[in-house]
Formats: sequence, C-alpha cells, structure tokens
Amino acid sequence: MGENILKEGISSGRLPPSQLEKNFADLHPPLDRHEALVEAERCYFCHDAPCQEACPTEIDIPLFIREISTGNVLGAAKTIFNQNILGGMCARVCPTETLCEEVCVREEAEGKPVKIGHLQRYATDMAMERNAQFFTRATDTGKRIAVVGAGPAGIACAHRLSTHGHDVTIFDARDKAGGLNEYGIASYKTVDGFAQAELEYVTAIGGIKIELGQALGRDFSLDDLKKKYDAVFVGVGMGGVNALRAEGEDAQGVADAVDFIADLRQTDDLSKIEIGRRIIVIGGGMTAIDAAVQAKLLGAEEVTICYRRGHEEMNASEFEQNLATTKGVVVRHWLQPKKVLTAEGKVTGLELEYTEMVDGRLKGMGHTATLPADQIFKAIGQKLDTHHAQGLELVGGRIEVDENGKTSRQGIWAGGDCVAGGDDLTVTAVAQGRDAAESIHGALMGETR
Amino acid sequence: MADLTNNFVGIKSPNPFWLASAPPTDKAYNVTRAFKAGWGGVMWKTLGEDGPPVVNVNGPRYGAIWGGDRRLLGMNNIELITDRELQVNLREIKQIKKDWPDRAVVVSLMVPCEEDAWKAILPVVEETGADGIELNFGCPHGMSERGMGSAVGQVPEYIEMVTRWCKANTSMPVIVKLTPNITDIRYPARAAHKGGADAVSLINTINSIVSVDLESFSPNPSIDGKGSHGGYCGPAVKPIALNMVAEIARDPETAGLPISGIGGITTWRDAAEFMALGSGNVQVCTAVMTYGFKIVEEMISGLSNWMDEEGYTSIDQFVGKAVPKVSDWQYLNLNHITKAKINQDLCIKCGRCHIACEDTSHQAIMAQKDGKRHFEVMNDECVGCNLCVLVCPIEDCIVMEALEPGVIDERTGKVVEKDYANWTTHPNNPAAAKEPAE
Repeated sequence: MGENILKEGISSGRLPPSQLEKNFADLHPPLDRHEALVEAERCYFCHDAPCQEACPTEIDIPLFIREISTGNVLGAAKTIFNQNILGGMCARVCPTETLCEEVCVREEAEGKPVKIGHLQRYATDMAMERNAQFFTRATDTGKRIAVVGAGPAGIACAHRLSTHGHDVTIFDARDKAGGLNEYGIASYKTVDGFAQAELEYVTAIGGIKIELGQALGRDFSLDDLKKKYDAVFVGVGMGGVNALRAEGEDAQGVADAVDFIADLRQTDDLSKIEIGRRIIVIGGGMTAIDAAVQAKLLGAEEVTICYRRGHEEMNASEFEQNLATTKGVVVRHWLQPKKVLTAEGKVTGLELEYTEMVDGRLKGMGHTATLPADQIFKAIGQKLDTHHAQGLELVGGRIEVDENGKTSRQGIWAGGDCVAGGDDLTVTAVAQGRDAAESIHGALMGETR
Repeated sequence: MADLTNNFVGIKSPNPFWLASAPPTDKAYNVTRAFKAGWGGVMWKTLGEDGPPVVNVNGPRYGAIWGGDRRLLGMNNIELITDRELQVNLREIKQIKKDWPDRAVVVSLMVPCEEDAWKAILPVVEETGADGIELNFGCPHGMSERGMGSAVGQVPEYIEMVTRWCKANTSMPVIVKLTPNITDIRYPARAAHKGGADAVSLINTINSIVSVDLESFSPNPSIDGKGSHGGYCGPAVKPIALNMVAEIARDPETAGLPISGIGGITTWRDAAEFMALGSGNVQVCTAVMTYGFKIVEEMISGLSNWMDEEGYTSIDQFVGKAVPKVSDWQYLNLNHITKAKINQDLCIKCGRCHIACEDTSHQAIMAQKDGKRHFEVMNDECVGCNLCVLVCPIEDCIVMEALEPGVIDERTGKVVEKDYANWTTHPNNPAAAKEPAE
C-alpha cells in the first residue's frame, strides 16, 4: 500500500499506474476458443427457447450458440447482429443474470446457466476483429431521416434505416458519438475503446452521417428537423440528473455519478482522476454501483453506497451488487440523505436518516446516522432534459410512444431511455431503435404500420 | 468382497480385465506398467513372421471423433502389427511371463495363410511360456492388403483352416479374433468353432474414415495429403460389438464357445454388460490409450462393488445372464404397451421432447397448458417410442410406463391384453399361422 492512499480529501494518484491498469482491466476476460466450445456444448438448444424470449432484442440464442459449437462463428455473429446490431456492447453490459441467463433451463436444472453473454461476446468479437460485414444497403430510397442522439437507440435505428436504403443524419450534443455506451458505462466493462470501435463497425454500412456538438433545443428544434427530413427519431436519453434534496448539496465534493463515470471513460490517464479517501454514493441502481466500484478501484479507502430502500428494491442486479461487495464497497440500506456536512465549503460527511416502509410508503424514522466523507456521488436517477420535450406528450416525465415508437407528433418517433415504459437498458434501447426504424420505413414506403 | 478371478479357456488371471492386442501391449515396458497398475492379462501386440519387421507410417497413425468438451468417443488407427524384431518380442514375453506368473499373457499372431508359416511361429511362441495365442483375423487396414488380418477373417473357410493348423501344431489354447467387417458374425464364429478354436474374441476394429480435412480434402489421419481407411474403436463401437457378441452367444451352433469381449469397453459397467451377454472376460484398448492404465482400478472396484450389491460371489454367476433375454424382433410382445411420462418436478422446460416428437415423431407432447410453457405427454397420441426419454437432458425426468392389462390404451381405444402375443401370430402378418378353417 502506497502512502498516497492515506491522503485526506480529494486527490489523484492514490494508486500506482500499474495497479490502476490492473484494477481497470476487462472485468470478464474473453473466452478462448476451447472455453467457448465447452460452454457452447452446454446449451440444450431448447425449443421456443426461454432465453430468446427474455432478450429484449429477441436474439436467436440457441441458434447462435449452436453455430459457435460447430465452428461457424461468423454465422453466429450474423444471427446476433440480425436482431441486435450492438450485440457486442450488449454482450458486455447486459445484466444477463436478469435476462437470458436468468431463464436458461440450465439455471433451473443446476443453478448454472449457459454463459450466453460471454458466448455472444466471443462471436461478435471475432466478427469485428475480422471486420466481417453482414449487411448491405438496399437501393437508395431518396428518403432522409434525422436521428437525434447517437446512443444505442439512435445507432440501432440509423443502422436499420440504412439497410433499407434510407439516408440518415445523426445529431449528438457531445464531442463523441455513442451516448451512454461511450460515456455512461463502467470502464472495466468496455475496455480498449470498444464503444468507438463498435460505432465504426456498425456505421461502415454507409448512409449514416454523424453531426457532433449539435444539441436539440440549443442548436436546432424538432420543427427544424421536421422541415428538412422525411422522418425524425428521438433517442436523446436522460440528460438531466435528479437533485438530492438534501441540505448543502452544493458543497464542493458533491458530484453527479454520471459525470464521474464519464470522466473515467474519457481519460487517458487514470492516475489523474481525483477521488476522495472516503466516498458515499447515494442511489441503488447500476450507476451507483459503477461509481462506487470505480471509486474503490481508484484507491478510495472507504466506499459506502447508501440506498433509501431495501436490498430487494435495488435496481442494480444481484450480480452487480455482489461485484460491489467483493470489490470492498459497503452497501447500506434504508438510509436517505438529509444534510451534507461541510467545513470551509468542503464536504466532511453526510447526515442520513433511517427509513422504513409504512403502509407501502417510504418514511423517515427520525433517527439519523452520520458518515464521514470527503466526496459524495449522486446516483439517484436521471430525467429527461426539459429542452428535449419539444412539444411531445410526456408520461411520467418521459416521452410517450406507442408500440412502434411513434410519439404524439406526426413523423416523429422516439426510443431508448427517453421514452416511457422502458427499463433503462442498452439492449432495450437497441430494440426500440430498431423497431422504430421498421415503423419509419413502413410509413415512408407507404405500408400501414 | 466378490471374487474377480478369471479362468478363461484354462488361462487364469486375477481379474477379467485384459488389455487387447494393440500399442499398449507392444513392449515389456508397457506391459510391466500395466501389470503394476493391476491389469489381469494382456494380449501381446501381434507378432508376424521372423525376418525384417513390418514398417509403420511415420505420420499420424490415429484419428478421432469427439463429443462435448473434446471427450474422445471414437478413434481409428492405421498402425500395423509389431514393427519390432520377433526375437526381441519373444525374449520380452518370456521375461514378463516369468516376472508375472499370475497374469495372463496371450500372444497375438498374424502370419501368411500358409501352414508352414504357422508351423514355424507356434513353437517359438510356446517356448516363451505364454498362456495362449490369439489369431489376428481382424485388422482391416494394411495387413489385409497382404492377405492377412481381416482378409482371412472375412472368409470362414480360411478361418477354419488356419485354426485347425494351429490346433494341430500347438498345445496352447487358441483364441480366434474376429473382424466385424462382415455381414453376419455368426459365420466366422462357426468356422472358428469348427476348426477347433478354444474361444473367439471380438470385435476387432471397423473399417472407417473418421473425418475429412476440409482444407486439404484429405481423410484423417492424413499422411502427406492422403489417408486410407483405418480401424475404428472406442466407446462409439460398443453397441456394434455388444450385438455381435450376443449373436454368437445365442447361436445354437456355437453354444458354449467361450467369448472374450472387446469393443469400446471403458468402465466396469461396460465390462459387466459384455460379460452379461456371454463374454467370459473382456479386453480393453482405447480407454487406456485415452486415460492410461490406472482406469483398471475403477473397473476392479466398480465390478466388485456391483457384484457385492447384487450378491454375486464369482463372475461366472452372471456371465451370459442376458443371453436368454436377447430375442428376434418377431418374438417381442406386441401386447406390451408403454407411454412416456414426464415428471413435472424434474422437468426444466427445455422443450426438446416436444420438438423431437412434434417434428419427427407422433405429435404426442404438448408445449403449452393454460397459456403457460408446459410439457406433457398426450397418451392418445403416444406410441411409446422412447425418443423423448433419449433427448431429455435430465436423467429419469421422462420414463416409460407400461400400461396394466385391463386398462384402455387411449391411442387405440383397445383394452390392454395380459397375454403375450407376437408378430408370428398377428392378424396383419400375411405369413402368420391362421386358425384352421372350420
């Protein structure tokens, strides 16, 4: 243990670069060929497979695994990409333990599902390594579609539209495309610049132009797009962050977990990222876990996740929660932030109130606890940026869509985290983008959809 | 503890597990290791005529097929008989027999189909003190092109002739090893019996090409871009071997002829099955070539424990016990009616039973009940074929249950008869014996 780890306050370089490199290495090293074959052999090739049904993009999982087992790995990749063009990223970030792998009959039989995510990565990695392209553009239709947001929903939508021969322009507010794939996922889940590599691989089909630094509501409006394009797809994600509603949350040392995660993804030198000695992360979802685990990996001595409800209610999957605890993160339940404690404007701790459920409603119990901290990350959920509503009907603070992704406004579709009724998963965003593309295609080509 | 000692045509060994004539028994070094590991006997790798020994290919000699996790299921080889000097082999055999007097040492032989050739080799083998000889009429590759091995084994007259020569020229027991590369195994066995053989051993390896390299288009194993068929062995051949053993065991013409069972034996259970079908002992090769000699420990303890549990104190108490249960199809009881039954507590809902039945059989397994994923046999469609049992990944989840006499078979609407009735008397059989006309 180096001395830097004991530094009070917020500091960079708590761990030597060699240790940081180790800590932020690929969480799941890829399967080698033999491992993949052995794992593929475990698949029972179920009829009407539960795993396929559990996949939001409905990948034909038994088929792609069988293709792997016969050495037809590119065939497997095509089976995956047919349904989910971001199958590579989903293989890395999907909470498979609550999707395909949860319902794997091997889970029921022996508590050990087939490692579907790992196998999907094996196949998609190989296809990308060889730059095997499976899709071509249909004859040019002359139709032009604007996609707002270059995240998973927007990319999936653009790709599918391009296969149908449409021209797509994607607008994104950030400097890099990819959305949460590029900015919002823990570094150890997607190493070696995978998000950008995948973007290049997917857009290689052609017909997709990406305009960066173009923000909806600032640089253009949906009305502008409607005038210039035949259809519009909105996949802007959730740009706003919920407030803590605790006294003193403006203090120095209180930060948004999503910004911390983005900084980690964008840095080329982890030893320059500052982190406190004692960290509190407020929240119970994947973002809370990603922030807490990475704080620990950067060298924070104590990291505590405080969640205002119980273990059962946490949005983070069982696997994610276990990952956090094995990395040394302490997860505490039934605690809600009350007051940020400061000295000279800097965070020194957090006062929390114990909570309980009373008649189905969460209530503070009046008892409090105080935890020392020099950095507090807020991970209590994101919300739709108010500039993004643009006259679209909302429900529960998100854009209202029908089953085909149609919004309340004619000619505008939406998908991904910004629409109501989703589950904030990459894979769901991909499914929604893809399906909206089919609906757009149908509408533009005169089919009734 | 059960007594595993074996007396096969007068050759005694501490257990019935012998090593087949093959690479594992080519040298004193290997055989010593095998005996130390506990093997009851060996068939020394086939000796040929005195003179310059045969030569082997110097490329790959073996090919294989695998199951999941690269478990070897079947292997083939293009190796010939021993490529060591006859005198070296004889010297080693003599020493081994001296060092291991309680183990069986039988010498496999293959010389040209001329009486003089056999007359020449038999005395020098007998002089080693070996317990017996095994006539290699089985190898399907290489030597068969020179008129030996399976080229002899495929002609019953030759088998009888050579067996007779051997019986006339040695006092050692003569075991005739049969090739499975024939249409009816009973004919070569009968020929061996007529020639005076003390026993037959089977099966030798099966003509085979294990795979084709799809880049070079050469069969495997590939020798400089070409391959020839080789002898197939290992777990994959066991069902073929079991049937051939049973055919000989229940043939009235060879009744009582001792059999040494060979073919994919890997565990004590395989061995017990061969013995139940009439093998007085068994020979193993591929399993030791895959896992080494140590597996005999499992075979000894497994067979012994099974015998203890079943109350057998010596192996002759169960050898041949399954033979009377082997029947011709026409005598099977057509009134025995079974239905598949799925144990819902064990079912993991993979649906393989359903799709196998739906796509390829009798549409007798539903995939849904009350809108839920649910697999259940429909007795009014089930013909009792057993396919669902075989494709189910969970042992004992699906079982075949016989209908009791008196109940109605929902498929046919007929009452299940309690009496035995077979095809020979079935009304649909044009050749069935008809009731005499009134």
